[in-house]
Amino acid sequence: MLGLGADRLRADMNRLLAFLFHQGILDEQYLQLQQLQDESSPNFVSEVVNIYFHESEKLLRNLRSLLMDREFSDYKKMGIHLNQFMGSSSSIGAKRVRNVCVAFRAASEQNNRAGCLRALELLEHEYCFLKNKLHELFQIEQQRVLAAGVRYPMQN
Amino acid sequence: MAVEEKMGGSNGEDGGKDWFPLGMRVLAVDDDPICLKVLENLLRKCQYHVTTTNQAITALKMLRENRNKYDLVISDVNMPDMDGFKLLELVGLEMDLPVIMLSAHSDTKLVMKGITHGACDYLLKPVRIEELKNIWQHVVRRKKTDSKDQIKAPNQDKARAGNGEFGQTSTGSSDQKVNKKRKDQSEDEEEEGEDNGHENDDPSTQKKPRVVWSVELHRKFVAAVNQLGLDKAVPKKILDLMNVEGLTRENVASHLQKYRLYLKRLSSVATQQANMAAALGSKDPSYLRMSSLDGFGDFRTLTGPGRLSSASLSSYQPAGMFGRLNSSAALSLRGISSGVIQQGHSQTLNNSINGLGKIQPAVLPANQNQNGTLFQGIPTSIELNQLSQNKSTNHFGEFNRVNDPNVFGVATNFFDARVPGGSSSNSLSTASGNPLLLQANTQQTHTSGSFGNQSSHGVASLNQESFDMGVRGSSNFLDHGRCSENWQGAVQLSSFPSSSLSTSEAFNHEQLPPNNLQENLSWTSSHVSNSPIDLSSSMANSARLDDSRGDMQCQVGLNNNVIQNMGYTAKQQWGDRRHDYNGNLNNSFSRLDSLISASGAMMDQSNAVTSKRTDVSLFSQLSGDAPYVVQHPEGEKSAFDAKLRSNEDYLFEQTKPQSGFSQNNFESLEDIMSSMIKQGQNNETALMDGEFGFDAYPLGSCI
Repeated sequence: MLGLGADRLRADMNRLLAFLFHQGILDEQYLQLQQLQDESSPNFVSEVVNIYFHESEKLLRNLRSLLMDREFSDYKKMGIHLNQFMGSSSSIGAKRVRNVCVAFRAASEQNNRAGCLRALELLEHEYCFLKNKLHELFQIEQQRVLAAGVRYPMQN
Repeated sequence: MAVEEKMGGSNGEDGGKDWFPLGMRVLAVDDDPICLKVLENLLRKCQYHVTTTNQAITALKMLRENRNKYDLVISDVNMPDMDGFKLLELVGLEMDLPVIMLSAHSDTKLVMKGITHGACDYLLKPVRIEELKNIWQHVVRRKKTDSKDQIKAPNQDKARAGNGEFGQTSTGSSDQKVNKKRKDQSEDEEEEGEDNGHENDDPSTQKKPRVVWSVELHRKFVAAVNQLGLDKAVPKKILDLMNVEGLTRENVASHLQKYRLYLKRLSSVATQQANMAAALGSKDPSYLRMSSLDGFGDFRTLTGPGRLSSASLSSYQPAGMFGRLNSSAALSLRGISSGVIQQGHSQTLNNSINGLGKIQPAVLPANQNQNGTLFQGIPTSIELNQLSQNKSTNHFGEFNRVNDPNVFGVATNFFDARVPGGSSSNSLSTASGNPLLLQANTQQTHTSGSFGNQSSHGVASLNQESFDMGVRGSSNFLDHGRCSENWQGAVQLSSFPSSSLSTSEAFNHEQLPPNNLQENLSWTSSHVSNSPIDLSSSMANSARLDDSRGDMQCQVGLNNNVIQNMGYTAKQQWGDRRHDYNGNLNNSFSRLDSLISASGAMMDQSNAVTSKRTDVSLFSQLSGDAPYVVQHPEGEKSAFDAKLRSNEDYLFEQTKPQSGFSQNNFESLEDIMSSMIKQGQNNETALMDGEFGFDAYPLGSCI
């Protein structure tokens, strides 16, 4: 019965993944991350993603504080933050987030503050969504591992 | 980990060289920890030995400590402590190590800057493992140019001559005559090695302008050779006969050598074709014809992809051919074509299919190929004609010599008429030649196999000529040869991957209109790339597979889409309204902000509902209103509104409650907006907190 749960959880996970891919939230790079996970680094994906969350929130805070500043003028600094955000997002396969970063960068290159603000909001929005989804994914994965693990002792 | 230690064990001055590129020692520098971690793991997966640091200064220190500990440096462009380009310069100057730049930005100016500062390569994030698998070439290249510089001065000619000779022996082992000729020539003249066609031995100092063997030129060449007779064709005489300005004897000599090799390949292929026909024991003329034509078509693979002009293919009418194929022939055809597909060249598939059609005379003259490669495709069927006409079956060696002159002569003719004629006589030859052919079967593939090996080995040194493709094409034939021995009929075809089968099936059933190359290629590639598309679509499909939970999933999807749309349209609306209400930027974005967070919250909620995790605490925190949890969204909009309402409450509770904001019953976005406008301008920071509060929330709720 627990085995059944594990299968169902795996199906859930696959469905969620498929959905994320279909919606363009994740791309193949995420798959590559999964492939890098093996016996020598069993929690690779979750480790990387957690670092990503940590860094991204820092970056988003920085970006927002920059933009909120009344005397904001340092687009270059913003560009640096943005560049890092873009790099890390693309490295984990967060396609939509990265696309918003591209738009954000375009606005910042034109010194368009309003555009930057809009882009920042969109960025935060996309990031939130991604984070929730990935959390969900990890949760299912955890549960699945648990369910699959418990099965075996019962067979004995 | 074990791999890493092993690599570490073999570390040192010549560490890992035996297994190179495994164990290549890479130093990776990037201030972004995510990219660094991913890069590190990717490199480990390529079995390199990786050291990482997130500071350029540290990297320099490590390099200065011991330059010999590393083979390659990969560095990000934007780093806080030092500019990536500066690091690049320093490493190049001090340590002369190859450096690869890495960036999320693909700006041309940056790439140019990288190159001018001496970067070996410029990679874009996200880095893929395929790209990393190749980076070792930069190390090798650097080493090679270093060593070349060293030997350059003293014995240039000697090295070149040596290279030329070496090149000769490797390619010409099957062609003693050519070998000897080359040796004579090298003894005769001092200079050699430039235009032998062994490009990888190209000495960097002298570079003669490369001769382009155009169709016209090749035609002249072939005519000259025919006139002289292949055995007697000497470069000098050929050159005289051709009477072309600017052509050197060396050019002709190398071209002659290639031509001879090519002919050898042809003969072996022709015999393979005959073998297949024999193996099948089919006396069906249409089949034979098909096979001969298919051989022709496959020879198009020899010409190399991308070299066929559209004109050459435009007049093919394969439809007629297909109509006449019986089932077994069709199957075997499919087999061949799928075998060709298997090689992974979309163009080869294209070519082979096109080769099945009638070949129009007009085609060949219109061919704009360099190297006159198309000509090379012709002789196959002609050779089979020769086979039938001579009624000689077991004379493969003889076949070469006897037929070669004819082949050359015919090469300039076009054979619309020949093909059917050839086929009918082919059937005769089959009948008579079957037993002999069958006997010679294994022998055939042997020699052809060995020849194929030789040629591929030798020609490996001919990098940029069309014969490269030819060699690979001939390796196709090796496969075919093997297949032919096993063939019993359609059964064997099951071994081919289904994707390729379906592709070729598509070809069979469809009348190929006289397309140009472009269309065919694109269509082919779209077919060949079917599998990935199928994968993604099947993934998407599986997403839509439903049980009750699936419904929820769809709904979530829908909701999300709704939200997305709402997000965008709302933005637009607010963009407009901004002017209406007040030009206050902050206000507008605060609205956006809250709504987006609200929608985000809503999505979260819907997710919660979807996965049937009634995490009530989650929801109640968000809404402060428990009943909403259980509520199933009846209609999207109403659910959305309901949740939005609750979210609004949450947000506004969190933020400083402005001017007695009361819980209105929003029925539309307009109402929401208007209510938010009433909030005034002090919401900014509050909302920010609220928003981040929202953000932080999932952290707490999840794991």
